[in-house]
Amino acid sequence: MSLLVDTCANLSLGLITLGIVLSTYRLIRGPDMPDRAVALDLIGILCVGFMAVYTIAKNDAAYLPAGMAVALMAFLGTVAFAQYLRHGGDR
Amino acid sequence: MNSLIFKTATRYLVPVLLVFAIHLLLRGHNAPGGGFAGGLVAAGGYTLYALAFGVTAGRRTLRVSPECLAGGGLLLAVISAFASLFAGKAFMTALWFKIPMPGPGYLKLGTPFFFDLGVFAVVAGVVLLFVFSLMEVKE
Repeated sequence: MSLLVDTCANLSLGLITLGIVLSTYRLIRGPDMPDRAVALDLIGILCVGFMAVYTIAKNDAAYLPAGMAVALMAFLGTVAFAQYLRHGGDR
Repeated sequence: MNSLIFKTATRYLVPVLLVFAIHLLLRGHNAPGGGFAGGLVAAGGYTLYALAFGVTAGRRTLRVSPECLAGGGLLLAVISAFASLFAGKAFMTALWFKIPMPGPGYLKLGTPFFFDLGVFAVVAGVVLLFVFSLMEVKE
């Protein structure tokens, strides 16, 4: 593993973690329900990104299938959330 | 939900989800995965279809009712657990069969796989029962 790839991967892991923290803040704070739905979707996508970068950083493909499952299920969750809001969910 | 983009995306996503569910089921013997995770992903696929095209379309695509799926899966799991009893071994002992396949290889199939298949059907059936019932309440 070259130094460049290693540094970039570790930097990305830190930045993605920061992103998850910030979107968690939006999830808790979010003044409206759609804000929370978007924040939840963003957390899911960032988790997938974290798993992908972890695979590169540690050269270990154990997390790739989990990342795929999370990606597919996060989409499903967002869609269900959107439909719930359309039908006049509790704001 | 009446969105063309969502419906088109669903048409491509549902097969991926179902194939991934079968992949999880089959790799569960040697790697993380198995019947429970596979059943959840399969139920997710049908849930997505029901969200895009309505609950009645989702039920029609599933062909069998979720109750039948859960009950049949439980029956399959129980039968696979009792099979070793008839072979004169302890309850739930794994039995392996070697099925010759075309070519040099053979398929090693055992009762643990059928137990996992039963778990797959039970989990998918129960989750779909929840989801379809809840979606019908809302309509």
